[in-house]
Amino acid sequence: MSGEVAVLGAGMHPWGKWGRGFVEYGVVAARAALADAGVDWRDVGSVVGADTVRAGYPGYVAGATFAKALGWQGARVTSVYAACASGAQAINAARAQILSGLADVVLVVGADAAPKGFFRPAGGDRPDDPDWLRFRVLGATNPTYFGLYARRRMAVHGDTLEDFAQVKVKNAALGALNPNARYRKRVTAEEVAGSAVVADPLRLLDICATSDGGAALVLSSMDFARRHGAADPVRIRAVSTVTPRYPNTVLDLPDIATDSAVAVEPSAGTFRASIARAAYEEAGIGPEDLSLAEVYDLSTALELQWYEDLGLCGEGEAAKLLREGATSLGGRIPVNVSGGLASFGEAVPAQAIAQVCELTWQLRGDAGDRQIASARVGITANQGLFGHGSSVVAVR
Amino acid sequence: MVAGWFAGDGDDFRLLGTRCSACASVFFPREDAFCRNPGCRGGELTEVPLSRRGRVWSYTDSRYRPPSPYVTDPELSWEPYALIAVELESERLVVLGQTVPGITVSDLAVGMEVEVVPGVLNEDEETTWTTWHWRPTGVTA
Repeated sequence: MSGEVAVLGAGMHPWGKWGRGFVEYGVVAARAALADAGVDWRDVGSVVGADTVRAGYPGYVAGATFAKALGWQGARVTSVYAACASGAQAINAARAQILSGLADVVLVVGADAAPKGFFRPAGGDRPDDPDWLRFRVLGATNPTYFGLYARRRMAVHGDTLEDFAQVKVKNAALGALNPNARYRKRVTAEEVAGSAVVADPLRLLDICATSDGGAALVLSSMDFARRHGAADPVRIRAVSTVTPRYPNTVLDLPDIATDSAVAVEPSAGTFRASIARAAYEEAGIGPEDLSLAEVYDLSTALELQWYEDLGLCGEGEAAKLLREGATSLGGRIPVNVSGGLASFGEAVPAQAIAQVCELTWQLRGDAGDRQIASARVGITANQGLFGHGSSVVAVR
Repeated sequence: MVAGWFAGDGDDFRLLGTRCSACASVFFPREDAFCRNPGCRGGELTEVPLSRRGRVWSYTDSRYRPPSPYVTDPELSWEPYALIAVELESERLVVLGQTVPGITVSDLAVGMEVEVVPGVLNEDEETTWTTWHWRPTGVTA
């Protein structure tokens, strides 16, 4: 199929709290991806960095920062910021360059050394910044929004705290099988229930941590892949990078209020659902074709929401799908077999790239103890602040 | 800090938004530059008070001290506050806000009616920063 690009290599720096700089994590991940691809760095025609947000410039100019650390070799360079969707947008930029003929081989890198505790806005008095305002005026942290979504699901769909805990139990068991995961210990429902409440009804073990980590991909044209001896590579078939449609009626990070639906009737389906729909349309597949999905489980309850938004089940049926074991390893549609953010934690510019690394390993059959039998089609889903929605479809 | 987001005292207290004269879209926080309806050619944006009452869309709380720029006194032990997302029926939009002091998540339910009242966000020796709070209707404390 035209419009596809090959995934020649995937690599990560293991996630954790290592106390080193993001450049180091990115370079380790990049070298691993290049080695995996069998491509010399000097043969890479373009490097795309997913930006991390740090005081001063280096984090904002990630593409050149990684290129310098790997050794200047004259490649085209791009830096991309889209909050949590930065990694997916970096992949999209690389893909667009390949499909337009601007580059044959592109290295995509994202890495972060995340601060401890809550994410917070940059300093200074900035009342024109919605992210600053929600902290200053309301003290509304990210888990505040996850708590709102969780409580809404309980009221509307009858989800229970036990359902949420089972998402963590599932993802922790899978993360225990993944050498790149930060948390490699199984967790019981009792341990989730015994952890401190952060934002009612969610507890510490319902919410993902912040982490250090890095992930990288080597992408190429299909022609280059064939010349390079990769006759049947994993291919990226779609990258959705959609914005919401007015009026967006689900309260979303970092906003204090939704749009008003008084003048324009909301379109069918939510913003989150439209992210996956765009990817399915571009890839020419549907949820019934999927072998696996990697979704942003920023909270346990949010993973359930993605089941419905990806069309894995009908609205309100996510907890049932989970209870049936359909989203576990060996189930009909395993979700977050990598262990998810529950096991990795957030390293913002790296995580959407890490999702595609997992699809790559699964579609190749290289995922070790967490391998899904005969995986052919995978999707990722993520969402960044300020209306960035992204989803990637990979096939074999 | 957030000029023109609310006004009035007691029962006259209201959140203030803006309304587009061309398409009637309502915005909160107020949008004074351009109408954000993609199908609107853009009209004059005029200030409009929002409904005093609405229904709880969802709610949560903050059991850990939020980071700066939220202002708290680190000398005092942390008292969690509840937050409610409130659906205003006539404007068909959802507004997030803290509850009045003393209301906890155990007092709340999705669908419950709440009303907007003036509140204090924080204060120091020179300044009191005011804000809006949501209070379940029928609660007068």
